Amino acid sequence: MSIILNNISKHFGNFSALKDINLEIPEGELVALLGPSGCGKTTLLRIIAGLERPDTGQVLLKGEDKTYQDIRERGVGFVFQHYALFRHMSVFENIAFGLRVKPRNKRPSEAEIQKKVHALLELVQLDWLQNRYPDQLSGGQRQRIALARALAVEPEVLLLDEPFGALDASVRKDLRQWLRHLHENLNVTSIFVTHDQEEAMEVASRVVVFNHGVIEQQGSPSEIYDNPANEFVSRFIGDTNIIPLEHHNADWLALSGLSIATNANTANEVHVRPHDLEITKSNNDNAATATLKDWQHLGALIRIELAKKGVNGTPDIIYAEMPNEQFKRLQLGKGDKVELRIRHAHWFDAA
Amino acid sequence: MHSHKMTKIALKDPTWVRYGLIAISLGTIFLFLCLPLLTIFFEAFAKGWGNYFDELTDFNARAAMRLTLVVALISVPLTVVFGIASAWAIARFEFRGKSILITLIDLPFSVSPVTAGLIFVLLFGAHGWFGEWLQAHDVKIIFAVPGIVLATLFITCPFVARELIPLMQEMGNEEEEAALSLGASSWTMFWRVTLPNIKWGLLYGVVLCNARAMGEFGAVSVVSGHIRGVTNTLPLHVENTYNEYNAVGAFAAASLLALLAVVTLVLKTFLEWQQQRDRTAISQP
Amino acid sequence: MNKTNILPGFKPALGFTLLYLGLVVLIPLSTLLFKTLQPDSLLTWQGYIDIISNERVLAAFRVSFLAALLAAAIALVLGFVIAWTLVRYSLPAKRFFDAIIDLPFALPTAVAGIVLASLYAPNGLIGQPLTGLGFKVAFTPAGIVVALIFIGLPFVVRTIEPVLQEIDASMEEAALLMGASRWQIFQRIIFPNVFPAALTGFAMAFARGVGEYGSVIFIAGNLPYISEIVPLLIITKLEQYDYAGATALALTMLLVSFFLLLTINLVQMLLRRRAEIPETLVPVVAV
Repeated sequence: MSIILNNISKHFGNFSALKDINLEIPEGELVALLGPSGCGKTTLLRIIAGLERPDTGQVLLKGEDKTYQDIRERGVGFVFQHYALFRHMSVFENIAFGLRVKPRNKRPSEAEIQKKVHALLELVQLDWLQNRYPDQLSGGQRQRIALARALAVEPEVLLLDEPFGALDASVRKDLRQWLRHLHENLNVTSIFVTHDQEEAMEVASRVVVFNHGVIEQQGSPSEIYDNPANEFVSRFIGDTNIIPLEHHNADWLALSGLSIATNANTANEVHVRPHDLEITKSNNDNAATATLKDWQHLGALIRIELAKKGVNGTPDIIYAEMPNEQFKRLQLGKGDKVELRIRHAHWFDAA
Repeated sequence: MHSHKMTKIALKDPTWVRYGLIAISLGTIFLFLCLPLLTIFFEAFAKGWGNYFDELTDFNARAAMRLTLVVALISVPLTVVFGIASAWAIARFEFRGKSILITLIDLPFSVSPVTAGLIFVLLFGAHGWFGEWLQAHDVKIIFAVPGIVLATLFITCPFVARELIPLMQEMGNEEEEAALSLGASSWTMFWRVTLPNIKWGLLYGVVLCNARAMGEFGAVSVVSGHIRGVTNTLPLHVENTYNEYNAVGAFAAASLLALLAVVTLVLKTFLEWQQQRDRTAISQP
Repeated sequence: MNKTNILPGFKPALGFTLLYLGLVVLIPLSTLLFKTLQPDSLLTWQGYIDIISNERVLAAFRVSFLAALLAAAIALVLGFVIAWTLVRYSLPAKRFFDAIIDLPFALPTAVAGIVLASLYAPNGLIGQPLTGLGFKVAFTPAGIVVALIFIGLPFVVRTIEPVLQEIDASMEEAALLMGASRWQIFQRIIFPNVFPAALTGFAMAFARGVGEYGSVIFIAGNLPYISEIVPLLIITKLEQYDYAGATALALTMLLVSFFLLLTINLVQMLLRRRAEIPETLVPVVAV
């Protein structure tokens, strides 16, 4: 089911949570609403579900205006951040709930309910937990039961609010992959909210970046990473070195192969991803642009901490990253003078 | 984000349900709680201020007030000491039979006030266990002030402990252990760490305990003997005057006790609010 | 005692607690039992049976228990509605309403008794219109029920209120999204979550109602066989120097109260057990 949001705005008292949001989500996508907390992404999710009413604007599901339609008739599955499992019901009864509350003429028979719940339990690989109570489950298990419960009513849209927010790091990683595969199998239009850019990039086919109630950018993960639309997106997605365009920096940047004159019409900030910084050992120590201060082992990558001369003689720190192997080949040590070359940079007019 | 109040459409009851329930709720509160409270004062002043003050300055009424104050002044401090000691033992240490001890402390809650009075009559009354010995030594407990105090102590026993035990359990041992490890003496630890932490809960318990000590009727009624001007507490004075068809006298005395109840409720609300404030202040450093 | 515990004062605190509890509560209370059990007792087993099976005594027990049961049931319904409106709806002067719920805790029972009696008397503010409609409340068993509703109300509200406050709103939202109607949500989600607390509140109101004296005697009329409660009968027997009779009645009431207390604690224990399963006991399976 496709989702179209037209001019959605929402206020809470004086606080403007969403400002004139327009968004189109094609059928079958797995979309991440990404942004810092308080940016309005959860509110938007709740508006799509019908749990909130927008002040203005429309929610179109499958092309039909459903803004004021009864929540129960939207065909939306929702997974809450803290799962919202019914603590007085067993896992089985939690999943069966949506089937049991159907009007009598649409309610499946007990045998059908049994069959369907077991199918869902198998889908989330937790069939052996059917008689447990939510309090007896681990966080990851609860999350998957909540998902199975939401799927029981065969929703046309699946909405997930910070689905991995309350989980341990290791569990979170496994569940991300699992959710991605599940989506591939089910092909239900799915939207999840997250504040974790890594999670959004890893799981979603499309990412919508939010800030202060407006959409900053939307696109595939690689589009957003490679071509950030503005300074906020560039800062928020991935690591970046932020270099203000001041006179002494301009000189330094020119030495590193970046010409200001051609790029800096309105820009006052240049962003350089750590892996876009190339490092070579300096031949002439006096003319070198930076000093290697320290480095950290990040696994496959090495993060290098570089000091370049700042405004008042105090060094500014910038970071570079390169593969482990390459770093070994360079044979650099702490205190070595290095030359930098910027392969790629983004220019922004920061407010 | 959740700091902003969500509209929670899902939690909304249909309008007719909402108004229906509010009507039942406020109707009950008005009929069962507000109206009786107002009626006490209305009846007390039914024959004017003059009569009201005459009734309150009556010799027997003043004697009853005095006795009520004396009983509260003796029983509240004792109950406080008991409450602190028991809460310290129960909330700070593990020992066998702890849950039984908690149940025993709660016991007076489930004993009828009349039974609470009766047991002291069985012990100290003329036909009681110590009855003959007491008579021989000319000590009067039943139909005298000591009996009233004992019955009140029995009834109020759980009031302070009940407030402090959960409060101190929630607090945990850490702050006190920290104080000791920093070299504080036991007394310093108690006065500077324990007491400041439990002060609102303790006051709360004291307020409730005091209200009960001054207002207890059933138990006191059994042991007092209703001797006018000597062993009548204020609630017993209310009963006496009411049974003599002196409505103004009864409601005048009752109005004092109702005033005590109102002050108790105000203090209780204030202390709950303070406790809550302290708790949120701790959780949001 | 925990050996690693460095806090001082365990022995004096526990010692004082036991001494005080023994002197003030346990020894006095145990006389009730010993009085019955000692060889030269005023009370033999047969005597006990005779006292208890007396027509007037049986009637008093019937009145006490039935009135307490009915009042607790009505208080349960009204208390639930009050707790619901206080927690769920925005009302003006909510703090006032919330505070006055505790009035029956704070108001001396004798005062409650006389004011309820005068309100519901045939010429009283509420009694007069009710009499006009053909209902007689004061000086009948109905009066006892009214007094016990007053006494029981805060027990119910105060046990249900915190549970209602803690119910996770997203549970209800989840149910709604799965297609449940408001009534189904109440019936299947809210009610099962509140039920244990409601039961506790009901039991407390009932236990308190059975033993209640002060608020009842003024409004009850105290007619033997009709509106005479057990606590009053105990006092009557005591005034007639019938110690054996008073003791027998008190002991019976006490045993019933113990039974109730035990049930309340058992219910609470069962609830706590289900709510607090330590994480470590749950096999954590890698996802």
